[in-house]
Amino acid sequence: MVTSITSFGRSGLYDWMMQRVTAVILLAYTVFMIGYLLFNPDMDYNQWRGLFDGTGMRIFTLLALLSMVAHAWIGMWSVSTDYIKPTGARFVFQSVCGLLAFIYVVWGIQILWGI
Amino acid sequence: MLVSVYRYNPEVDDAPYMQDIHIDIPGGKDIMVLDLLQLLKEKDATLAFRRSCREGVCGSDGMNMNGKNGLACITPLSQVVEGDKLVLRPLPGLPVIRDLVVDMAQFYKQYEKIKPFLINDTPAPAIERLQSPEERAELDGLYECILCACCSTACPSFWWNPDKFVGPSGLLQAYRFLADSRDTATRQRLAELDDPFSVFRCHGIMNCVSVCPKGLNPTKAIGKIRTMLIQQAT
Repeated sequence: MVTSITSFGRSGLYDWMMQRVTAVILLAYTVFMIGYLLFNPDMDYNQWRGLFDGTGMRIFTLLALLSMVAHAWIGMWSVSTDYIKPTGARFVFQSVCGLLAFIYVVWGIQILWGI
Repeated sequence: MLVSVYRYNPEVDDAPYMQDIHIDIPGGKDIMVLDLLQLLKEKDATLAFRRSCREGVCGSDGMNMNGKNGLACITPLSQVVEGDKLVLRPLPGLPVIRDLVVDMAQFYKQYEKIKPFLINDTPAPAIERLQSPEERAELDGLYECILCACCSTACPSFWWNPDKFVGPSGLLQAYRFLADSRDTATRQRLAELDDPFSVFRCHGIMNCVSVCPKGLNPTKAIGKIRTMLIQQAT
């Protein structure tokens, strides 16, 4: 058993499962957004705002945002442990990724509930 | 034809280099790459490579031929030579001892890690532990591995983390013992593999399948290990 304290869920199986589940959520969100834009070609600001006024859409969007953050963390962590061999540089890279993820979540919540 | 061979003798050379040798194949026959190496060695006795059984059973002469790993003894020239040129390199990703001879210690270490032997804590029967033909059939496609390291050294995940990722060869063997009806250590074996590196560094690119000289499928075995882990943990 190889130990790791910076991976998403400590367990390889858990990370693997999360990556797949979040991918499905992101796919659903992407398909929904593309479909919505295609079926509403002459959409204006009020309609766009109306879409995000509903609690359901906000939950769906927050779910997609959190999924993206988890998905990105698992992926970037894999990339960093593959290609960045010096521990210091790898830790800095992972920290920057973590900070960015946190910023995006807070920022996303602010935008979703700020309109 | 032109053969370009990777040469490195750490006692003499500062750095590895490629040696170009022109050679005529006697009778224009379609010989094996190992036969060609033998001809090269007659020209230059300092060329070092491993070989033993010369029939694809011992797994000694795994090497990189025109960019693809394989066993020199069962690879005919017609299969690898392109434009009358052949580039021979040691297996990628492992430290080179000399010329085409690599240090396999890291590879064997991963093999050792998966405990490649039957573990059974039940009292030993008087004669032997029996298997039904169906149970025995589960081991087909797994037990044939000869540990030549062609697959693991073709795997980028093994190149980047040879100390943490077990690699296709080791994982094929891990599943060979997980699938064995006579083994009782399934839980412990799975627990050893449930970290982000040992199994899950496999991203399923199937280089291992494309190079395996025995036609085995480590990617499929890794998928089955994953399924066993999921069944146990959900």
